[in-house]
Amino acid sequence: MSTYHRLVPNTWWLQRRPYILFMIRELTSVFVAGYCIFLLVFVYKLTEGADAYANFIDALKSPSSVALHLITLVFVLYHTITWFNLTPKILVLYRGEDRIPQGLVAGIFYAGWVVVSIIVALLVLGV
Amino acid sequence: MAETIKLEIFRYRPEKESEPTFQTFKVPFHEDWVVLDAINHIKDEIDGTLSYRWSCRMGVCGSCGMMINNVPKLSCAAFLKDYYPDKIRIEPLTGFPVERDLIFEMDDFMTKLKEIQPYIIRNEGEEKQLDEGEYLQSPAELAHFKQYSMCINCVLCYAACPVYALDSSFIGPAAIALGQRYNMDTRDQGRDSRQELIASNEGIWECTFVGECSAVCPKHVDPAAAIQRAKVSSTVDWFKDILIPWGKKK
Amino acid sequence: MAKSNEPIWWSLFSAGGMVAAMIFPILIIITGILIPFGLAGENPLNFERIHTAVAHNNYVKLIFFIVISLPLFHWAHRFRFTLVDVGLKSISTLISILCYGGAIAGTIISAIAFLNI
Repeated sequence: MSTYHRLVPNTWWLQRRPYILFMIRELTSVFVAGYCIFLLVFVYKLTEGADAYANFIDALKSPSSVALHLITLVFVLYHTITWFNLTPKILVLYRGEDRIPQGLVAGIFYAGWVVVSIIVALLVLGV
Repeated sequence: MAETIKLEIFRYRPEKESEPTFQTFKVPFHEDWVVLDAINHIKDEIDGTLSYRWSCRMGVCGSCGMMINNVPKLSCAAFLKDYYPDKIRIEPLTGFPVERDLIFEMDDFMTKLKEIQPYIIRNEGEEKQLDEGEYLQSPAELAHFKQYSMCINCVLCYAACPVYALDSSFIGPAAIALGQRYNMDTRDQGRDSRQELIASNEGIWECTFVGECSAVCPKHVDPAAAIQRAKVSSTVDWFKDILIPWGKKK
Repeated sequence: MAKSNEPIWWSLFSAGGMVAAMIFPILIIITGILIPFGLAGENPLNFERIHTAVAHNNYVKLIFFIVISLPLFHWAHRFRFTLVDVGLKSISTLISILCYGGAIAGTIISAIAFLNI
């Protein structure tokens, strides 16, 4: 009398919405890496001199660069949102018997994100 | 004309077939019936050979877990009216070998439950004697781990976990949550001895925080959070061991 | 079952994830929308200004280096597990070498760049 072992297909994640969203979340890391490579190229252009760098900055205006950036932005924002929403599950804080609400913890990270973004924008754009 | 609803149920009878089949049953539809009522009706009135587990029928024993339309649920907690008039597909929980019909083998889980040492462990010589009284614990200290003590061992979390489905050597959500329940209990001193299992490659480090375990848990234990918190504490330990190798063990 | 050495990769993954979550969106908006559409003034990323800011300031170099390197390790760890989750567990050692190796390579390349500016 044998037990029956059901095989799990490698497409298991396509079967239900939560799994699809999980996979999308994981794939945001590819776009994060993509932007890292962009930043790496940026730094290398700085070492190659004023002309090479200026051409690079000019190329940012091209439709393909803007399109790639926008797609990357969508995925990176999904990373940010899922990251901040999951952080309160890990960062568990108590005031006596009462757990500090997860929404509040997430809210603090979102607020920090806005502050950091403003600071970075001011520093990078030299306003 | 009385309303009816169809249930498409996984059948596996090892004595007569080597592959499972599906059998469709038509049962009466009642507003207040759950899937378990429908399955009991089938066994009582239509096909007495249908095999399945159930007990309390009120969501506290953890016996009646099944895949209902591909979602792990307690059959006593899934209302027919939430699916009506569509057909309901019922299968044994994913990730476990099937013995017969909806009955799966839970041995792997039972082994892991034991291995996690789910009891208060005290250091040598620090066990309180009876005449010394109880271990005192404040409500705040209880609040820190109470959630993880609510597990009813229904293993819906294992059925929801794709990591476990792909690799049954993964210790799994419920076992780790139970380990955390004791690790976070102020009366316990056994965290280091549980770490061998929890902080192993087959423990917390196989988890990729899909989070479905917590989504399907009928008792809101949130095993996913228990695992991630164990990752944080195990990481802190790891750095302490590297940076302060002469440090005292608890 | 021995205690794992995963914590080192997980720490880098977490740190990288936080850096990417906090800093990448605004950077992408800058290089993908503000600069291309001229919404940030008269060429604020000009060579004079940026080269000076980076070349003569070790703190800027360090921060820039961290912003490139840590998210690479975030990708490495997450992508490694993604590949395992779609059934490639049998070659998990190879996947780990390629992923973490890639992040280490990117880190070294970036370090070389900063040492040469």
